Amino acid sequence: MNIKKTQNGNKLTVALEGRLDTVSSPELEADLKGSLDGITDLEFDISALEYISSAGLRVLLSTQKIMNKQGDMCITGANEAIMEIFDVTGFVDILNIK
Amino acid sequence: MKELVVKSLTDNLESVLGFVDSELEDCGCSPKTMIQIDIAVEELFVNIANYAYGSDTGPATIRVERSENPRAVTITFIDCGMPYDPLAKPDPDTTLSVEEREIGGLGIFMVKKSMDDMTYEYRDGKNILTIKKNL
Repeated sequence: MNIKKTQNGNKLTVALEGRLDTVSSPELEADLKGSLDGITDLEFDISALEYISSAGLRVLLSTQKIMNKQGDMCITGANEAIMEIFDVTGFVDILNIK
Repeated sequence: MKELVVKSLTDNLESVLGFVDSELEDCGCSPKTMIQIDIAVEELFVNIANYAYGSDTGPATIRVERSENPRAVTITFIDCGMPYDPLAKPDPDTTLSVEEREIGGLGIFMVKKSMDDMTYEYRDGKNILTIKKNL
């Protein structure tokens, strides 16, 4: 998986490409750990993400919990297969998916 | 019918997915269905890797079978670890708020929702978990 971060003031965009799975999710979690200080607006651009497993959902959920304390978080560009996963798991109701 | 036997290590996930995907490509599976099956295979294999043999490792068998009328693929996961029926677990509550949500059980739930059939049996000291997806 590729992680591309673009920061503009207090806004951080994290573009994910490939697979957010058991192997790559810990990488993303570690990467985000040092990146969210002072961020009030976080966007995950997942238009190039093909796949998300429960390990990936876990990272999105823990990041949402962090952002609830300091600002907003949204997810953009989900493909059909990922959208279905957000649907059946109820993540559509707890994440801001645009 | 094709079969792969690997050690129950998360590091083997890639070779397991490679094995399953090459079978799926042969039967002209749609990209979306392939993603759904890959996710199911990941969740089930990682469960075996993390839990079946406790902190130890052991063999994990992945068997792929294709059938016609209706066209479907059946994937069987076999381990010799402690008896564990993932279907016996209640489904997670998907209506809770962010703060209340737990991730435990979500993987199996995703598999249940995306596959057409899922069965479990414990036989001759083996956990045998089967998923079926119509193509």
